[in-house]
Amino acid sequence: MASSESLWSTLSAPLIRQNPVTLQILGICSALAVTTSLDTALTMAASLTVVVVVAAGVISLIRRHIPSAIRLIIQIIIIASIVIVIDQVLKAWFFELSQRLSVFVSLIATNCIVLGRTESFARSNPPLRSMVDALGSGLGYGLVLVLVGACRELFGMGKLLGMQVLPLAESGGWFTPLGLMLLAPSAFFLLGGLIWALRSIWPEQAEAPEFPPYSRGPTDTGEAR
Amino acid sequence: MGDIGALFLRAMFAENMPLTYFLGLCTFLALSRRTETALGLGIAITVVMGVTVPLNQAIYNGVLAPGAWRWAGMPDVDLSYLSLLTFIGTVAASVQLLEMVMERFLPRLHASFGAFLPLLAIQCAILGGSLFMVERRYDFVEATVYGVGSGAGFALAVVMLGAIRTRLAYADLPSGLRGLGISFVLAGMMSLGFSSFAQMAAQ
Repeated sequence: MASSESLWSTLSAPLIRQNPVTLQILGICSALAVTTSLDTALTMAASLTVVVVVAAGVISLIRRHIPSAIRLIIQIIIIASIVIVIDQVLKAWFFELSQRLSVFVSLIATNCIVLGRTESFARSNPPLRSMVDALGSGLGYGLVLVLVGACRELFGMGKLLGMQVLPLAESGGWFTPLGLMLLAPSAFFLLGGLIWALRSIWPEQAEAPEFPPYSRGPTDTGEAR
Repeated sequence: MGDIGALFLRAMFAENMPLTYFLGLCTFLALSRRTETALGLGIAITVVMGVTVPLNQAIYNGVLAPGAWRWAGMPDVDLSYLSLLTFIGTVAASVQLLEMVMERFLPRLHASFGAFLPLLAIQCAILGGSLFMVERRYDFVEATVYGVGSGAGFALAVVMLGAIRTRLAYADLPSGLRGLGISFVLAGMMSLGFSSFAQMAAQ
């Protein structure tokens, strides 16, 4: 069926090829600080996915009643209210985890992905489609977060989700933890490398050079991209 | 006095917003192509943070904090769950107000970096500054110093990144790394440099 197929492509497109983080530079603000270990990254990814799906659903439901002059304020208030709920839930049931996430759960409210999806998609589409689209973006964001988080925890401490995967050298194994992976710069390097890899696979995503090299003839311009 | 100075330096260098806490990275990366735009953005952020963090501190302690309504005979009222919503409102309102005031009284300044002000209404670094202020229980003076310090730190970092990216304009990078990719690697290296400030602050 055509409609279910387009729903599937709405869901799967933002996962890798149109990933909101690597392609559109959206939502990295609050993303990287929570990736020192896999469990905080997973929590953050889950929270953001819930927020973006619920926000898209709500805004899509009332999209005909929002006056367009004040739509941004309404969207921000809806998003912030959902974020507050998530924050309180985390504090009530996962207190230790929420302490480690510190202010970053609250900062989902300013995450560009959420506002971007509600503003560009949910405002003009029916609820089901908007929520599927939001789920795709949330999962795409989560994928990047989990990937970076897993790398940092695995190479920084030799653990995954708190369990020792690589035997440490100091306890008789062979793995020496890389301290750099636990520090802030490694997240930048990992994400930069990830973007490089993705854009090498799909060269059409690469940005044009700001100052293209001087070309001597009309034949060269095609190659200079 | 020494504490205040130390707090300023810590907010500016050791706990640099974009490079240590990854806050405000969207604007950090998107507006650092030119040094002039970066400088405008940096000044705007410093001003907005210098205003909003102490303002939010006053609102939080006067209205929202647990026990703030004790004078009215309601010591059990705890409105702190509303702080996020309030902070977003305060930041958006002060940005709007600042823009209007600048347009009216300082039109030349407004023309040079007023374009960035609306962008700052929803900016992780600014909101993050207010949230950190609550988490660390700063008083009013500390909040002011912290706000200006982290704004200045953001300005420093974004101008430096802008300067490096201008130098890289003629570099022949692999096509996949161009633009966003190399900015991340650059930011990572700057972050390495800034993490040595954290060592200095610890001593």
